[in-house]
Amino acid sequence: MNLELTTEEVAFREEMRKFFTTEFSPELRARAAGFGKLTREDIVAGQQILNAHGLAVPHWPVEWGGKDWTPVQRHIYSEEMQLASVPNPLPFNVSMVGPVIAAFGSQEQKEKFLPATANADIWWCQGFSEPEAGSDLASLKTAAVRDGADYIVNGQKTWTTLAQHAEWIFCLVRTDASAQKRQAGISFLLIDLATPGITVRPIKLIDGSVEVNEVFFDNVRVPAENLVGEENKGWDYAKFLLGNERTGVTRVGFSKTLVATAKEKAREVRVGTGTLLDDPLFAARLAELENDLLALDLTQLRVVASSADGKPNPASSLLKLRGSELQQAATELLMDVAGPDSLPVNTVEIDSPEWAQQAAPRYLNYRKVSIYSGSSEVQRSIIASSILGL
Amino acid sequence: MNFELDDEQTMLRDTTRELLNRSYDAEKRNATSATDEGWNASVWKQFAELGLLGLPFAEADGGMGAGPVETMVVMTELGRALAPEPYLGGVLIPGGLIAAVGSADQRARLLPALSDGTTLSAFAHTEPGTRWPVATVTTNASQEGSGWTITGVKNPVLQGDSAHVVIVSATLPGGGTGLFLVDAEGSGVTRSTYATHDGRRGAQFTFTDAAAEQLGEGGDVTEAIVEAEVRAQAALCAEAIGIMTEALRLTTEYLKQRKQFGVPLAKFQTLTHRAADMYVALELASSMSLYATMAIADGVIDPTIASRAKLSVGRAAHQIGQEAIQMHGGIGMTAEYPVGHYVSRLVAIEHTLGASDDHLRVLAAGVSNYSMVNVTE
Repeated sequence: MNLELTTEEVAFREEMRKFFTTEFSPELRARAAGFGKLTREDIVAGQQILNAHGLAVPHWPVEWGGKDWTPVQRHIYSEEMQLASVPNPLPFNVSMVGPVIAAFGSQEQKEKFLPATANADIWWCQGFSEPEAGSDLASLKTAAVRDGADYIVNGQKTWTTLAQHAEWIFCLVRTDASAQKRQAGISFLLIDLATPGITVRPIKLIDGSVEVNEVFFDNVRVPAENLVGEENKGWDYAKFLLGNERTGVTRVGFSKTLVATAKEKAREVRVGTGTLLDDPLFAARLAELENDLLALDLTQLRVVASSADGKPNPASSLLKLRGSELQQAATELLMDVAGPDSLPVNTVEIDSPEWAQQAAPRYLNYRKVSIYSGSSEVQRSIIASSILGL
Repeated sequence: MNFELDDEQTMLRDTTRELLNRSYDAEKRNATSATDEGWNASVWKQFAELGLLGLPFAEADGGMGAGPVETMVVMTELGRALAPEPYLGGVLIPGGLIAAVGSADQRARLLPALSDGTTLSAFAHTEPGTRWPVATVTTNASQEGSGWTITGVKNPVLQGDSAHVVIVSATLPGGGTGLFLVDAEGSGVTRSTYATHDGRRGAQFTFTDAAAEQLGEGGDVTEAIVEAEVRAQAALCAEAIGIMTEALRLTTEYLKQRKQFGVPLAKFQTLTHRAADMYVALELASSMSLYATMAIADGVIDPTIASRAKLSVGRAAHQIGQEAIQMHGGIGMTAEYPVGHYVSRLVAIEHTLGASDDHLRVLAAGVSNYSMVNVTE
């Protein structure tokens, strides 16, 4: 039992820290840290810098650009990226569809999609949720019917994140409506969003942003060669994907960075004769949140250190659940530090700084993290059934 | 980075667990608790035979030379079994102080006797009307010729009821805090013994010019006291993890077997989701408990780390304790059923060596000194 990183791991951390803090411009990192807004170009440019250094997709198979890293190295990579406020590579590309294609796709699909996916030459979006299939994903209805060399797709997806930027969508579609088990009639299909019959309609969110969309499919003709793996096996691939997705959403480094920003800003707020940071009530709230983050950080390290055999750990539900709560607590703390300066939004030439103007929209936006990728209630159900046997 | 026990530590865990499983169930524990001593001399003898009592002391001092991870392993098992033996208060804390501060003669005189179970000690440090951390003690030490006398009141002194020799903290004539060995039955010593709500024992000591022997070479030993507290806090966290693990196990078992409205309680999501939250709290607290122990094992004696762990464990204990009783319903309120005893012990741990609020107060006072909390730098 020991806490220390090995000499090699410390050297690796230094290498990552240096890379993230020197290869990405301070302006880009400041925008990613919440002092501005990231554009589509920012995200693509960030991922292309990573990819140019062979660091966009380290968890993919080596032949497709992956690194043969240990779980601890992967953790360090991700942690240092967050601490440096480097924009994350597109999760739809690197954590979701990429690993699925690499594991289950045909050789043609791998060659066609993986290099472009790693380099963000294709922007993917995820077509899973539907109006009537949220937490109960297996009840999805969007249908793909075989017609010669094609599938004809009809139906609707929703909550499709950043579909307005996307070129392709990976979809779960129903290919066998008569399957005994609902999960057994689902397939995993790659669809070019430029195909006729597809309409993307943005959904405006409570923070004023457009981040998610509805995607409608009206007799959309998709070549059958875009089916990943076997027909009616899509649920297995989706479970594989969601397992990857959930361990990536703890985001302790991100939350720690937000809390550090809140602390720095609290030094500048006057309360009585001192600053907000001197206030015992605020300091206690801050100390408790920092402690909660440390506990999650350590728990994540325990999971990382025990996952050397590569098997998914059921504790990933804990990481998703608690990671969401602490991201939300961190955005709330920063908003509360902004205080009245959090009221104006998108306004220049006033004294309320940009970070403060973004604090409340971010707080509102981050209510999503306990809803997406398996809501907190779904995670509690998983813990109760698969860990506690209830 | 490695959070696993090695083979020997696993064996220690299994051996301790086996001994305690054999020694205690709810009924035996309640019966033991009702005796005068509140613990079982035959179990204590087996602790000595297994080498548990001398576990952390150097082999040269009659101990086993084991580290903080081994202490953690044993404390977790004591917690799991809710064993009432005076292990931490009667041996580990006072023995640790003797090992750290005592002269060669004092170590040779006392540590083998603590390790073989024939002598019990206690650390008399807390004074009435104070909160952790103790800044200065009002108990005073005076030098009389070649000897010392102690005057002051100490309460609560955990396991002070059965101590043969007490280690007393006292303010030195020239300032600073010293440690003194006092015969618990000596003249000028008044001892009032009592049972605590968790079925353990304690005492109040009033010293009136009581004859005392200075521990070690003299001078201020505040640093050694802080180290003893850091080690004890890590040990208490480990005990609490064992207790909470068992409280959660009892609760989930109960949800599976108790039927109402024709179905097991486990069919009600309002209960299973709360059990999931108990699990989350336990895992987070376990990580912090491991952290506190592993830091010591790496040679880092850091009161801030101990405070972080005790705060996290305290918060989890609050939630798990209250939920465990609530989800058992009426049966959880009874003295016959074990869950309430586990909760009582969690509450007692909360109020030993700093409650959650005390540790949060200390941590809050330091937030402006750093930018971010990291596991390793």
